[in-house]
This record gives sequence, C-alpha cells and structure tokens, in this order.
Amino acid sequence: MIATGPMQSHTPTNAPVERAARKTGEVILALENISLAFGGVQALSNISFDVREHEIRAIIGPNGAGKSSMLNVINGVYHPQQGTIYFKGEKRHRMVPHKVASQGVARTFQNIALFKGMSVLDNLMTGRTLMMKTGILQQAMYWGATQREEMAHRVRVEEIIEFLEIQSIRKTPVGRLPYGLQKRVELGRALAAEPTLLLLDEPMAGMNVEEKQDMCRFVLDVNEEFGTTIVLIEHDMGVVMDISDRVVVLDYGRKIGDGVPDEVRNNQAVIDAYLGVQH
Amino acid sequence: MGPFIEVVLGGLMAGVLYSLVALGFVLIYKASGVFNFSQGAMVLLAALAFARFSEVMPMPVAFLLAAVLMVALAFAVEWLVLRRLVNQEGIILFLATFGITYFIEGFGPQLFGDSIYRIDLGMPKEPKIILENMFEGGLLINLEDLIAAVIAGLLVAFLALFFQKTATGRALRAVADDHQAAQSVGIPLNHIWVIVWSVSGFVALVAGMIWGSKLGVQFSLVLIALKAIPVVILGGFTSIPGAIVGGLIIGVGEKIAEVYLGPIIGGGIENWFAYMLALAFLLIRPEGLFGERHIDRV
Amino acid sequence: MFYRENGQFKTSYQADQALLPIVQDRVFMVIVLLIAFVAIPLLADEYFFRAILIPFLILALAALGLNLLVGYCGQISLGTGGFMMVGAYAAYNLALRIPDLNMLVVFILAGLITTVVGMLFGIPSLRIKGLYLAVATLAAQFFLDWLFSRVKWFTHDSSSGSVSAPDLVVFGFNWNAPVEKYLFVLSTVVLFTLIARNLTRSSIGRSWMATRDMDVAAEIIGIRPVYAKLTAFAVSSFFIGVAGALWAFVHLGSWEPLAFDVNRSFSLLFMVIIGGLGSILGSFLGAAFIVILPLLLNQLPHWLGIPVSTATAAHFESMIFGALIIFFLIVEPHGLARLWAIAKEKLRLWPFPH
Repeated sequence: MIATGPMQSHTPTNAPVERAARKTGEVILALENISLAFGGVQALSNISFDVREHEIRAIIGPNGAGKSSMLNVINGVYHPQQGTIYFKGEKRHRMVPHKVASQGVARTFQNIALFKGMSVLDNLMTGRTLMMKTGILQQAMYWGATQREEMAHRVRVEEIIEFLEIQSIRKTPVGRLPYGLQKRVELGRALAAEPTLLLLDEPMAGMNVEEKQDMCRFVLDVNEEFGTTIVLIEHDMGVVMDISDRVVVLDYGRKIGDGVPDEVRNNQAVIDAYLGVQH
Repeated sequence: MGPFIEVVLGGLMAGVLYSLVALGFVLIYKASGVFNFSQGAMVLLAALAFARFSEVMPMPVAFLLAAVLMVALAFAVEWLVLRRLVNQEGIILFLATFGITYFIEGFGPQLFGDSIYRIDLGMPKEPKIILENMFEGGLLINLEDLIAAVIAGLLVAFLALFFQKTATGRALRAVADDHQAAQSVGIPLNHIWVIVWSVSGFVALVAGMIWGSKLGVQFSLVLIALKAIPVVILGGFTSIPGAIVGGLIIGVGEKIAEVYLGPIIGGGIENWFAYMLALAFLLIRPEGLFGERHIDRV
Repeated sequence: MFYRENGQFKTSYQADQALLPIVQDRVFMVIVLLIAFVAIPLLADEYFFRAILIPFLILALAALGLNLLVGYCGQISLGTGGFMMVGAYAAYNLALRIPDLNMLVVFILAGLITTVVGMLFGIPSLRIKGLYLAVATLAAQFFLDWLFSRVKWFTHDSSSGSVSAPDLVVFGFNWNAPVEKYLFVLSTVVLFTLIARNLTRSSIGRSWMATRDMDVAAEIIGIRPVYAKLTAFAVSSFFIGVAGALWAFVHLGSWEPLAFDVNRSFSLLFMVIIGGLGSILGSFLGAAFIVILPLLLNQLPHWLGIPVSTATAAHFESMIFGALIIFFLIVEPHGLARLWAIAKEKLRLWPFPH
C-alpha cells in the first residue's frame, strides 16, 4: 500500500522542532496485548505500546488498520476481549466513556462529531461539562452560583477561542461552518476539557496546505504550552515525521513498527505495508 | 382444557387479522424505510369504500373500485408527500404519516359517510362446534375467522415470495436500505413508492373487508389497526414472517390476559396489553424476533 | 433599520449571555408582558379568557415541557396526555385527602409525582431509541388511561367516572373569576418559562442538546447519558404534570380520563413540531396555532355564509390539520420559530434588501 504522500515532499511546518530538547516524562498510557474483535472481524490483534507524558505519539497505517478502533478502546467505547490498559500508572478496569473522560482524556473524531444544533461557543462549553458543579435546581434559578460558574468557564473558553483564532465565529451554529473551521472547533472542544491526554483522529484530513500548517501549529503549541500528551492518527507522512516524537505503525490490526520517526521510516515491514518505495 | 383452547384459538384468529394490518406496515417500511402510521386509517378508508360501493354494485366490481381508490391514494401520497421529503430523517417521514392519518380520517368519512356500514361477504356467521369426541362439548370456533386466517395466510405467502424472488421485490428491498444508493443504480424511487403503497393499500383493503365483515365498518377500526404497531415491534419492522408471528402472539396474549387476568385486576386489559408486551420486548430484544440489529458506528 | 445591533457593545460576558442581549428584544418583551399583565385583563371579555387565553397558556406550558424532552434532548414521547392525567389526578387526590394543604404546594407535589412517573417511563429510553421509544410512551398512555378508569381509588369511587376539582383558593383568595384564573395561570407560565430558559442556557441544557445531536460523542466528552436523559424526562414531566393539574383545576373544572387521551398526546406533539423543536418561543407559537386553528375553522363557514354541518366541519378540520402538518414538515421542518427567526433576520436588514 502506498502512503498518501511520497517521502520527500513534506508539508512544511512553521515551528522548528528540536526533538532532542523536548522533555518526555514517565509512561502515562500503556496498552498490553490488546485484542478486539467484532463478530467475526478481528480489528486489533495483540497490540502493545506505550505513550510517555508530554510526547506526541503518532499512530499510522493503511485504512482499516484499526487506528480509530485503537482510539475507541482508549476512550472506553470499545472493550477489548483481551489485554490490559494502564493509565497514569494504574491498571484500568472496564470503563465507560464518560468515566474515561473524567480521568483527563479528550478526543477529536475522524468524521467531525460536533453538536450541529449548537453554536461554536456552546460546543466549547460542553467540553467543560465535567468541571461544572452546580446542580439542576441551581441551574433552574441561574442567577447566583450557576451564573458565576458559567462566567468563570466562559473566561477559560474564551482563552481557547483566542488561541485558535475563532473569535469571529463564536456565535455561529457549527453546522454552517466550513469543514476546516469545524475541525478547529472540534479541537477547541477537546482542549476545553483541559485534558492530560489528547487523542486526535486525523485532525488534518481534508485540509489544504495552509490549514494544515495552522493545525500543526496549534497541535505543537498545545503540546509545548500546556504539556498535553498527544496521540495522533495521521496520514500525511510529512506532518508525522516532523512533529511526532514516536510513531506506532498498525496494519490489519497488528503492530508492525514502533519507534522514533527515523527508525520507522527505514523499517522494511513498514515500507512494504504502507510507505512504499521511492521511484 | 377445552375453554382454554377456545380462548387460544380465538386469540389466534384475532392475531391473524392483526397480522394482516401489520403486513401493510412491514411492506412500506421494508421498501421505503417509512413507518406508516396511517396504515390503520388506510384500512378504514378501504373498508368504507368497499362497503359503500357494494351497496350499489356487485361485490367484485366494488372490490375493484376500492382497489383503484387505494392505488390512487398511493399516487397521491407519493406525489404530494414522499417526493417532497426524500432523504429527510426517518422521524420526519414518520410524522408526515401522522398528517396523512389525520387527512384520511377526515376525508374517508366525509366522502363515504359517518355511520356504521355492513359488509356482507357471504361468510358463515354461526359458530361451529368441532372435535366433539376429543373435548367435552366440543370446541366452538368461528368459521368466518378460519376463512380469514386462510386468506391472510395465502396473502402472506404470496407477498413473501414476491419480495424474495422477483426483481421488483429486490428493488423494493434496495430502496428500504438506502434511498440514494438505490437511485444511483437507476431504481426509479417514485415508481417503487407508488407500487409499495398500492400493495399496502391492497392489503389494507383485504384487512378492511375481513375486519369490516366481522365488526362492521366504523371509526374504531382505526384503533384496532393501531394495535398492529406492537405487532411489528414484536416481529421486527422488516420481517414479513415476523408480522405473522407477532400478530399471533399479540392476539393470543391479549385474549389470555383479558380472560384470565381481567377478572382479577379489572377489565379492559386488551387496550394496553399489546403495548406493554411490546415494551417488554423492546427492553429485551429491541429489533424484534426477526428484525435486523441496528449498529451505531463512531 | 430599527433592529440593528450597532452600537450595542457588551463589556462583560454576563451581558453577552443575558436572557435578552439585544435592547430591541428587551423592549419587545416588556411590551408583551405589559399587554399580558395589564392590557388584556382590562380589555378582554370572559369568552376570550375561557376559550382562548387560558387553554392556550396551559397547553403552551405542556408544550414547553414536551419541547424540553423532544426538541432539546431528542427523546420522543407520545404519552404526554397520560402524564397530564397523572398531574391532574395527583392534584385532585392531594386536594381532596389533605384539605388544608396550600394549593401551590398541591400543584408542585402533583408535578413531582408526575416527575417520578415520568422517570419510570423514561428508563426504557436509556436502552431504546427513536421510534421504539415512541411506542413505549404510547404504551404508557394506554396503560394510564386504563389505570385511572379502573382503579376506583383515584377517582374517589366516583360512580360516573368523572371528578370535580375544588375551588382555586390560594393565599385565602378565591381565584374564581376568569380574569383571576387567567392571571394565576399567566404568572405560573411566566415563571416556568424563565426556569426553562435558565435550564437551556446552563450546563444541563447543553448536555441535553449534545445527547440529542450525537450521543456517542457526548458520552466521550464526559456527559453521562443516563443523567441527561433522565433529567430531561424529569423536568419535562414536572412541567407537564403541573400543566395537567392546571388544565383540570383551572380550565376544565371537572373531567374524566378521556380528557387526557392519546389525541391530546398527538396534539401536543404537533404543537411542538409546528412551533419549532428546540425552541421555547416555538412551544408558544405551536400552542397558539393549535388552539386557534379549530376555532377559526369552525367560524370560517359562518363568515363565508356557507352552511356546514358539524360533522362536515369536523371532517374538514381533520383534513386541513393533516395537510398542514405535512405542509410544515415539507416547507419548514424547524417550525414557526424558524420562520420567526428568518423574519427577524430580514428585519435586521430592513429597509435594505440584502
């Protein structure tokens, strides 16, 4: 299978990356022998890898390799038949998605999962749900505790709006936005949760060069300014090689490569399955 | 033992009639993905038409005319409603059928009159006693119901074959799956919808005639037809055999509940038993006995 | 020209998220409230109160409750009539068996009892979706119909099957006259509308809408689906229960289960659809539409000078109603509220064309 971009032509990113200088900490997420099947289809077979704190970990591989399924397992949407997940040092038992979210995991989706009936601002505010403490009776009366809480969260959300440069569209219903902006809003919603671990599922799919540059900049900024650990599924090899610290390669539900970008780039199995040969 | 079997038999017969109406639901859902709430009203309309027509002309002619009316209805529904709502969500189409229901409930009685009308199909009305040697006093059954059951059975077999074996049947199933995809392979959506609503109208006519012959043609026919909703829940929205099995289960279950539970907790259980049964089913097996599972992809 | 926001700068988030951020809207609302609380009591006649305003307001309250569930949270309910019935009979039994209980408390308790019942029937919604839930709520409707007819305790062993509500005595004052009843209902509805608006602009409202739009994604970002759906059922049922109690006590006076049958459920659902799903204004517009339409249709032949029998009138009402539902679903599935919003958009630009 040939990758979506030959090795030479990178998508240029504006942020120079000193990979050696970036601090990476302890293992924050470890997956051991994860196997996942749906009916007769084996989506993931015996996958093991880890993610270090503060790093940018890319997951790459051909379509259907199980990358999104892997994220869904991390989110608790799918429960693997076999294998163990360790998060922040502790073994994680079977957990429902909202519980996973409360542990500090946020996500964007391949086919944008924004709440189409709401504005940009409201979508971002939903990202703050776990941090909102007022009860339903207080919310019915609004003025008082709820209003103070809403304002406090609005301040934080506005910081994200400024960071992502989407001030002008904050009241627009997201359904009306162009694709690139929707992707940005989705990133904003994930950031609003102030996550420790951020899962990005093809955040740059369908974008032109400029939009990709912007998105890369945001991803890098998030990683550098907030220290957020990022797991990233991406097809654009240029982006992957430039911004990731380490890469995992999946093919037909199996892991066929794991290491720093240079290692993976030269791994024969990976080249055969995914990257292809230069002509 | 004898009385119990009588109750069961009575329930089975009623169930067959529910199945007939449910069949109309399933056909339309299978072929257009629309849950046709107006099926009950269609039964009423067809029955009214047949009853009134047969007052002034021989029955076969009345039958034909009533069938023509149902086909005309199918054309009208397709042109005025379905065509304008292509690719809308299922819930919008479902609600549109509410609109059709209200319209038919006004249109039918306005055109054909408000009173209770008789349909005389020449069916034997007196109950017969059979199997006197097996059970003491024999079993009381209704020949009319038996004949109805046979007719329904034949109709179902015919329709099942039609869906499975013919090219039109295949096209109908394609449309139910995905409007756009079906269009893209050249299936003419409009024709399909007219066909399917016409067939459903025909089934409604048969159901209307039988029910009407049994109970007289009156407005309450609509409510009886609403009972077919739990039937399709039980059987699965897309399954013709499901409509049969579901109808029988509901019919028998209702009768047993009324006869045996009724004296304990009060009569009138028949009004809600079918729905509660459907509800219980939904909690255990949402897709029904024979339906297809719905999977959400993330 | 008049509806411009030019020059209206918000200097705080508080001001931006106020109920009515635009000055013209605030002025409009003040005018509406003045008309409602002052002008109408002075000018309207008894018929207007009894036949139009009071039923409109109570049904708008029920529609509002239903809209919270259906429009904001995306759960369908065909059993609204049944829940109104619960509120009505709960209030009746409370007022009857605990005569010293304050009427306001009676209504609130009736609402709470309906909340519990509503949540019971909302539990299926956690496992089943869409059309299936419609059937579950339909089952609730038929079951409740039967329950209140059969179980004699609810109707205090009434031989006729119908019951009468006691007088509306609140704070020692007997709110008996039509204008007094109107003001009582109006105040209640204004209060509840405020509560509804507050909920929809808070975290719980956003959780409802997120669950409606994409429940899997909502769960992944931390919204608990059980909490969202059950609270929607709970709040919705509270509104509907209170509306049912008001309908019985203030509008009907005496009633039997038939007053809350499945036709009521469908009627309320259509108010919400025609008015606009997910819109508080829509609930009111839809209620107005459905209350006024039959009255209009009844009077129309009279005005046109065409003699028409009641049966025919009823038939045509049904036909026109059905046709209108289809028309709305085709032309503006988002209902009258969307049409209103479009009108406001045009007003922003007026007198310029674009």
